Formats: sequence, structure tokens, C-alpha cells
Amino acid sequence: MIPEGSLLAAHDLRKTYGSTPALDGASFSVHPGEVVAVMGPSGSGKSTLLHCLAGIITPDSGTITYAGRELSAMSDAERSALRRSDFGFVFQFGQLVPELTCVENVALPLRLNGVKRKAAERTALEWMERLEVDDLGTKRPGEVSGGQGQRVAVARALAASPKVIFADEPTGALDSLNGERVMELLTEAARSANVAVVLVTHEARVAAYSDRDVTVRDGRARDMEHAV
Amino acid sequence: MTLLEEKLPAAPPRPASPSRGSVTLRDLGLGIRFAAAGGREGWIRTLLTAVGVGLGVALLLLASSVPHLLDARNAREQARSENRASAYSETNAPKSDSSVLLVNTTTEYHDRTVAGFLMRADGSTPVLPPGIDRIPAPDTMVVSPALRELLDEPGNELLRERLPYEITGTIRDAGLRSPGELLYYAGSDTLTPANGGHRIGGYGDDRQGEPLPPLLIVLVIMVCVVLLAPVAIFIATAVRFGGDRRDRRLAALRLVGADIRTTRRIAAGEALFGALLGLLFGLAFFLVGRQFVGAVEIWDVSAFPADLAPDLRLASLIAVAVPLTAVLVTLVAMRSVVIEPLGVVRRGRERGRRLWWRLPVPLAGLAVLALWGRVEEYAPVNPFPITAGAVLVLFGLALLLPWLVEACVNRLRGGPVPWQLATRRLQLSSGAASRAVSGVTVAVAGAIALQMLFASMNADFNRMTGADPSRAQFAGYSEDVTGEAATSAIEQFRATKGVEVVIGSVEAYASKPGDYAEDEVEPTTSLTVGTCETLRELARIGACEDGDTFVVHPPGDKDMSAWVDETARKGEEVEIGYGNKVMRWTLPADSPTVQGREDPMGETHYGIMATTGAIDAGKVPGATITTQIRVDHSVPDVAEHVRNTAARIDPGMRFVTIESVERNRQYASIQTGLQVGASAVLLLIALSMLVSQLEQLRERRRLLSVLVAFGTRRATLGWSVLWQTAVPVVLGLAVAVAGGLGLGAMLVHLIEKDVSDWWLFWPMAGVGGALILLVTLLSLPPLWRMMRPDGLRTE
Amino acid sequence: MSIGHTLLGLLESGPRHGYDLKRTFDEKFGQDRPLHYGQVYSTMSRLLKNGLVEVDGVESEGGPERKRYAITDAGITDVSQWLAQPEKPEPYLQSTLYTKVVLALLTGRSAADLLDSQRSAHLRMMRILTDRKRKGDLADQLICDHALFHLEADLRWLELTSARLDQLAKVVAP
Repeated sequence: MIPEGSLLAAHDLRKTYGSTPALDGASFSVHPGEVVAVMGPSGSGKSTLLHCLAGIITPDSGTITYAGRELSAMSDAERSALRRSDFGFVFQFGQLVPELTCVENVALPLRLNGVKRKAAERTALEWMERLEVDDLGTKRPGEVSGGQGQRVAVARALAASPKVIFADEPTGALDSLNGERVMELLTEAARSANVAVVLVTHEARVAAYSDRDVTVRDGRARDMEHAV
Repeated sequence: MTLLEEKLPAAPPRPASPSRGSVTLRDLGLGIRFAAAGGREGWIRTLLTAVGVGLGVALLLLASSVPHLLDARNAREQARSENRASAYSETNAPKSDSSVLLVNTTTEYHDRTVAGFLMRADGSTPVLPPGIDRIPAPDTMVVSPALRELLDEPGNELLRERLPYEITGTIRDAGLRSPGELLYYAGSDTLTPANGGHRIGGYGDDRQGEPLPPLLIVLVIMVCVVLLAPVAIFIATAVRFGGDRRDRRLAALRLVGADIRTTRRIAAGEALFGALLGLLFGLAFFLVGRQFVGAVEIWDVSAFPADLAPDLRLASLIAVAVPLTAVLVTLVAMRSVVIEPLGVVRRGRERGRRLWWRLPVPLAGLAVLALWGRVEEYAPVNPFPITAGAVLVLFGLALLLPWLVEACVNRLRGGPVPWQLATRRLQLSSGAASRAVSGVTVAVAGAIALQMLFASMNADFNRMTGADPSRAQFAGYSEDVTGEAATSAIEQFRATKGVEVVIGSVEAYASKPGDYAEDEVEPTTSLTVGTCETLRELARIGACEDGDTFVVHPPGDKDMSAWVDETARKGEEVEIGYGNKVMRWTLPADSPTVQGREDPMGETHYGIMATTGAIDAGKVPGATITTQIRVDHSVPDVAEHVRNTAARIDPGMRFVTIESVERNRQYASIQTGLQVGASAVLLLIALSMLVSQLEQLRERRRLLSVLVAFGTRRATLGWSVLWQTAVPVVLGLAVAVAGGLGLGAMLVHLIEKDVSDWWLFWPMAGVGGALILLVTLLSLPPLWRMMRPDGLRTE
Repeated sequence: MSIGHTLLGLLESGPRHGYDLKRTFDEKFGQDRPLHYGQVYSTMSRLLKNGLVEVDGVESEGGPERKRYAITDAGITDVSQWLAQPEKPEPYLQSTLYTKVVLALLTGRSAADLLDSQRSAHLRMMRILTDRKRKGDLADQLICDHALFHLEADLRWLELTSARLDQLAKVVAP
């Protein structure tokens, strides 16, 4: 059932919170370097799908395969290690550690992977330069604007050279100009580094930055390209 | 539109603008309503504050009960003391129908004092000490509940052997100093004034008690300051529990039109409610807690629940001061926060904390102590400079700490991720951490200073006694002197298990008869009566027959030898005894003068020595049988065996342990008590640190989820929590140790003693370290719980 | 879009040949639909007749005769008036789509599928526009954004409609 050549694929995921089904037989796949938008109305289960794909939560049933490895068969520690090494994350808000400076925030995933501080911060600065926020290095997240903060977050997601970036409403808290710039920088950087992006959004204009879109409705994911 | 408008309720008429006072009351009331009805979150916050303040208030009430506790103890103590017939304790009351003969048979058992009296009524209506209804019949006794319990416990056969009386009753509380006191009254039908009995005419010593010794006053002041200062800090911290959440709520109020003053008054109202509730909690804790106070024994002192009655003035002071402090602390804390309608802005500190006004405070404290705090051994003490000085030093340390934490933390760079997270967090807001830790600092510094004070007093005492327990470990003094008593006592002691050496003799004082002016010293020397065998151990006596007498000079001490000769004039009379019981006796002219020698205990004897044939020891007034005993400590319970022998020979024998055991034990119990108290205070502070830690974690729930998404290890965050607690606590302890040693050295200097031990701070530093671990360990389960992806769900 | 007004506006910066006008128009506005030369010719002759432009000169250097047009004062006034007058906001009903949805409901076909495929088509278009926008200059970006916002509005309508299909079904086919 796994589509040929896919990097990360899920099949028939089910997940229930209490008595509310969040996922009800959702399937999904993404190829290396591909940007896929996951769309759907609020409460449709798109965030749950993303959390399952990223190994943050485990589905009640179904399979998730990443690079030939079965995610649901991995222990919590193994999944954590995988997230550290292969995945990057961008969320809507509240994701930067407020007491760390911006460059330290960007360097954090590298340092969690065991990279020395100096080297990590050097790499972090290079990514911040790509995202046009290298002048914020010593500032704390509380001192920068929302758009800048989100770019720092994108830099952080990219810093550890992940294979997949999970972005959950990355522009949700931004105005359209800042949001578009962040999307532009994110997709450009991801494409040039051959990083796959799973982009959860309910905004069509944000989804338009993707190569392909998938709609989640009532806990089921539909690949629109194949649905037609 | 018109339809809609018709349905709208009419707006109530605007009231005329109310007076300022009523506005204040309204806002305070609003705050109280928020605190009381703020939903589950609000209640938890109010409850935390109330419990925190309540614990502090309970401690304060306990402290305010100490005067009454001491008074009550003292009153009971005096009520059961003899009603003195004269200034001399030796003076017997006249024999009457109500007079009682008694002898103090107090003994020691396994480091505990067992007080006791043998009593014999002279007539049919004997006077009674409080707590008993009649004089026990011969060979029976009434005991305190604690003693009864001790005797019933297995393993105390030796004590039962020593008190071979049948228990016939219990002494009531009125007759006891404290619930844990070991006391008995036993009846006797053989007690006479001749064998040690002392006749009393009534109970109740109505003389004014002696004032506390100056050193003790210093100690009491320090104990109060040291234990109460952190409590004050703790109360101040407890009032701020949940402050962030409250600020956000107030911001919401600003949005609907409350002005800044209103928000302050509302916050004050909330704090007031928490503090008032805390007062009630404190009262409840105190009333419940004192029911169990009898079970707690500190410094050999336990108290009856009824003894713990707070002083009314102090209690009202607490009732006023605590809510007032709560309101003031809240208002001061809110000065650094600007509550805007759209959120809370913490007024950033552009400048770091300044040292220049902080450092002088503790230094001023030391200066006050140095200039006005000197304590004369016998002059009355002025408590104010000492209190002021100590308070200034301790609170000065609390002031220094935030500066030090900030200064140190700002220099920290890099390090592993957990360390970086912790130090960055502290750099962003070290204030909250410093506040909690300042309580630790004050408590530990005070405890260290106090221990140094105790230790030096204790060491000093040991030096003064000069007792050398390697010579003799026990000495018995019995006034039951009859015929062969001395010889028999020696034999009985020698037969006791574990006894190595016994020296025993009958001793009395002999002086030169005559009239003396008041400032003239009457020539006096000792009279030792014993067998030839005993005397040979005390002096270099050649030939000796029963009936011989000797004048003994201390070897190599000409002055003392001349002084002996002043009294011991051969062929002349000497006066034996003192007071109104004296006898004249002629020292035979043929008494040879010999040199004294060291006895097996290493002591030199001199004066007049007489064999038992030369003078009837049983008739010598004021004579005592003196026994010195050395034992083999490897024999288990050897001390109890010797004491049992002593009790068998003469229950009224004054039996002294020459070792400094008692003093050491006292000191050890003081030290333990202090450590327990300080640990309790530290535990309170740990609680407040835990609360703020959890509050901080709860606020960061979302961030924690994000970090989990990143694949952050639990250990990483666990370590960062540890460091975050450890860094300020370690700095606080460093300040505490430095400040405590400084204050301690100053206090020791003031009472003109020397510092005996600079390393006393280790236990307290250890407790501080344990506190770090405790707070961290207790924060981990909630941390693990919060490190779940639930926080990521936005829908 | 009024081609006449647009061409008039282009002439304001100076006289131009007809071919020149067509090229500039295509470059600036005609990405989707380039102008036919005949359209320019007929428009210009209408403007000439109305006195809004005049012939500035005629060139014939070894080729066909080329007229050079210049704007008249009346022409300038006309452009100003056109620019100053707002376009009439038209409540644009998705009439064709609406008809399709109702027909699907009436005939028991899946209206949801219909809407989904329309959504997909819209999104595909948006993706193309976004891509063009990313590669183009500021003018491209502004034009693409305009289209994107319109498409987004349509998309919202599509989403809302699919959320209300049940309701609609009850009204249309009770």
C-alpha cells in the first residue's frame, strides 16, 4: 500500500480521543523534497495526522513507514531520536524558548543532537542568514516581531538538516505579507535542500506554495490529485 | 433594528460617583470575591497562599507561646519545690504533724534524668507536692506517666532493679514540669535526719526566680531571630503564589475599564483574603498541632498542650501584621508590573541590581553588634542591639542574594543544553528564584551562627570543669554515714560488674575554732576518716594501727602545707562540721606529719587523716562518704550497674558522672533541635519553591510540548529543572555559609569566647543540597506529565 | 477592462505608432490575452472619430504606412474621468457552479465530488499563479495576488457550500 518512492507514508490511520474519532482511516504519503499541503476544516484531524506522521503520538491502528522503518513499532526513545535527527518542526506560535537568544534557539536541535555549541551556533547563523534574520542573533524571542520569530522558527526547523519538516499552521499568527514571505523562504529553502515538507494549513493561499494538496475531512485524508 | 432595540433591557441609571472610601472597599471586596470565587484555579491559588501563610502563622503562634510555656513550667517547678524555712537549703524545718522527711534520690538512666524523692511523713497530715494525693506507703511509689511507660518497656530491668518499689499511683500533670518528665515519689519508713533525710514544712517556693543568665538571653534572642526571620520571608513569598495568573486576570479587568489603582486595590483584596484565610488556617494548625506537642521533646523539654497559650499581645500583633504584610508585599510586587488592558508588561530592569545600597545593611548589622552588643558575663543584657544587629545581618544577606545571583548568572555562558536553558532562564528572571532562596539563606546563616554560639559556649564549659574522665568516671556522695558504711560501700562497689578501681573515705571539714571577722578567712582543712588500708592509698603512711591520726601535707606545696598546719595544730582542738552542727575534737599530739600521695585516680589528698578507731565516723557532723569509681567502659551498661549499686547502698546518694556526658547531651539535643527547626523552615521554603516551579512549568506547557516534538530527551529538561533550582540555592548557601560564619564569629567574640569549630555548617549545607534534590524530584512527575503532545493541540 | 481607456493612458506619456501601442499593452497588461492588431486599429479609429486622439504624423520608410497617434486634451480629460470613477462592485454569483450543484443534487449525483474537483482546480490554478508570482517582478506579484485573492474567495465559497450541502439538499430536493 506504500506508494513507490515515498519517504514517509501512512496507511489507514485511526486515532480516537475519548469517544471522538480524530482519524478514521487516513492515508498519506510524501516523497523526498516534496511539499504537501494538508488542508481541511477545523477539527477535521489534520493536526492529529501531522502528530502521528511525526511520531509525536501513536495512532490506535494503522501503519506509518519512514524510510523503510515502521514508526509505530519504535519505542518512545527511538521516535524521539528520529525526531531529533530527521524531522524539523514549525508551529503556529509559542515555539521559541523565550529565555534563549534567537541564535541559541536555532542551534537548539543541533545541540540536542550532540553538536558542540560553537559549531551549532555557526550553522544556526548561516540558516538565519538564509531566512534574512541573521541580525537578530543575540535578541530574545520576546524582542522580535511575529514574522521575524516565525522565520527564526523556520531556520530552527532547517538547522539540523532534517529530511522532513512538519509545519502546523506556520503562518497562522502572521499577516498575509509576512505569512507569504515565510512560506516563500520555507519552501525555497526546503526545495533547495531537498527537504520534504508536510504543511498543515486551512488557508488556500498558503497551501498554494505546495506541490500537492491533501484534504482531511472527518478523519479521512483524500489526495486531490488522484481523486479527480 | 427597532425590534431589537425594544428587546434590550434598559441600562440601569448611573450612580452618582461614589466616595473614595467606598470605592476602596468595593475594590477590596471585589478582590476578595475573586479570591473566593475564582473557579478551581482561583481556589487552588488562594488555598496555596492560605496554607503557606497558615504554616507561617502557626510557627509564629508557637513562638509567641514560649513565654507562657516557660512561665507555666516555672510555676509548676516552684510549686513542687520546698517552701524554704531559711535561706539555707540545709536548714531543716521544725518537726510537726505536717512536716515531711525527704531525700532527693534523682538518678540518671541511659542519659535521661529520673527525678525522685524518698519521703516519710512525720505526722498524720503531711504536706504534699502537687499532683499526688498522699505520701506513698513504705516501699511503694507513684510515678509520672512517662516513667511508668519507661519501666514497662522491655530492656529496662536495670532501672526497675534500681527503683524496687511497687507502683501504686500516677502523678498528675499539675505535678510535672512537662509531659515527658521522668519522676517518682517513693515512701520510706527508715528515713531519718541522720541518714540523709531533710525535713520540710511545706511546698511552694515563692521566691522570685533568678533572671536568665545573660548568655542564655543572647541565645534565646538568636533562636527567635533565626527561626522567625525565614518564616517572615516565607509568608511574603506565599502571598505571591500564583501572581502571574492573577496579573493576567487583572489585565482582563483593565480591558473592561478598571484603572490601575483599581487593579492594585483588587490585588490587595485578594492578598488580604488569602492572608485572613491563612490566619484561620494558622490558628487551626496551631490548635491541632499542639495536641501532639507532648510527643515532641526538644532540649529535654516537652510541653503540655495547655502550656502553649500564645501571649495575647503577640497574638494580636500577628493578627494585624500578617494581613498588613500581605497587602504591602502585594503592592510592592505590583510596582514592577504594569497591567495594561491587553496584557501584563513586566517593567524590565534596564540597570542591573546595585550593590552599593545592599552591602551596607549586613555590614551595619555587624557594626551594631560590634559597638553595642558586648555581653558582660554578669551584667544585665540589653537585648535590642543584639536583636537589631542580628536582624540587620540576616536580612542584609537576603538583600545581597538577588544581586549576587544576578551578577553570577549574567556571567554564565554556554555549557550543555540543560545548563544553558537553566542559566538563560535565570538571566531572564532571577528575581523569583532569589526571593524563594533568600529564605533558605537567612535560615541557614542563622542556624550556622547559632550553632557556632552553642558550640563555643559548650567547649568553654568543658574547659572550665577540667574534668578528666580517664581518672574517675563516677563519684558518689552519701550522707548516710554509719559505722562501717564507708568500708561496706567500697566493698559493694568493688563487687560491681565492670568496676576497676574504687577509692572511698569519709570526709568532713575541720577548722580552727575562734571568732572571726566577716572578711577573715577561717583556716579550714579536710578531715578524712578511713581504715589504714584506705589511708595508705591517700598518703605515705608508714606504720599504721587503728586509732592513729596523721597530718598530711601536699607534696611540694609549701604554702598549702602551712595552711594545713594553721588548722591542724597537734594537741589542740579543731571544730568539725559547720553551721549549727559542730563538734570539737582534739588532734592527738603524737600525730605524725606525712606527705600526701596521688591516689589511683591521680588526685592528691592532704589535711587531717584519722583511722576509724581514732574518731567515730558515724558521729562526725556534716560527714559524707566520698567514693570515686573508675569503670571498664567495655562492659555493657556498666554505668547503670554502678548506679544500681549506689542506689542499693543509699538511695539518697548523690551520684555524679564526672564525664561531661550530660553537657554534651544537652548540646547535642540543642544542635539537633536547631537542625530540626531549620530543616522545617527549609522544608517550608522548598514547598514555596516547588509551587513556583510548578506554576512556571504549567505556564510553559505548550513550549514543553514543542520541545518534545523536537525530540528533546526528558533527561535534558529534568537536568535543566535541577540546575535552575541548584544554581540559586548553591549561591544562597554560599552567602549563608559566609554570612553565618561571620555573624557567628561576631557573636562568639561578643560573649568573649573563641570559635571552637569552623566546620559546623556542613550539616546545614547538606540539608540545603537535599532541598535542591527534593524540589527537583517533586517537579519531575508533573514535568513528565506535561511533556506530552497534548499541549500542541490548538483546536 | 476598457481597452480604449488603457490605450489612451499609454499615449499620455508621448505619441506612439499603433504597433508600438500593441506591444506595450501586451507587455504590461496582456499576459493572459494578447491584443490583436486589428483591435488596436479599430479602437484607434473610434478614438480619432471622437476627437480623443489625433494623428501626429505618418511614416513609411520602406514598408507599410504607419500612423503615429497623439492624445488630445479631450483625451486626457477622458482618461482622468475614467480613472477617477470607481468600478461598479458586482455581487458576482457563481451562477454556473451554483446551477451545477443544484442540478447534481436534483439528479442524485455527488455534489461533494463536484465541489471537491472544483476546489482542486482552483487550488491548481492558485499554485500556478503562486509559482509565477515567485519568479516574477513586483508587477507580476501584484497581478497574481489579485487573481489569487479572487480565487481564494471562490474557494471559500466552495468550502462553505460543501459544508452546507446537507442544508442545501433539504431546500432543493425536499
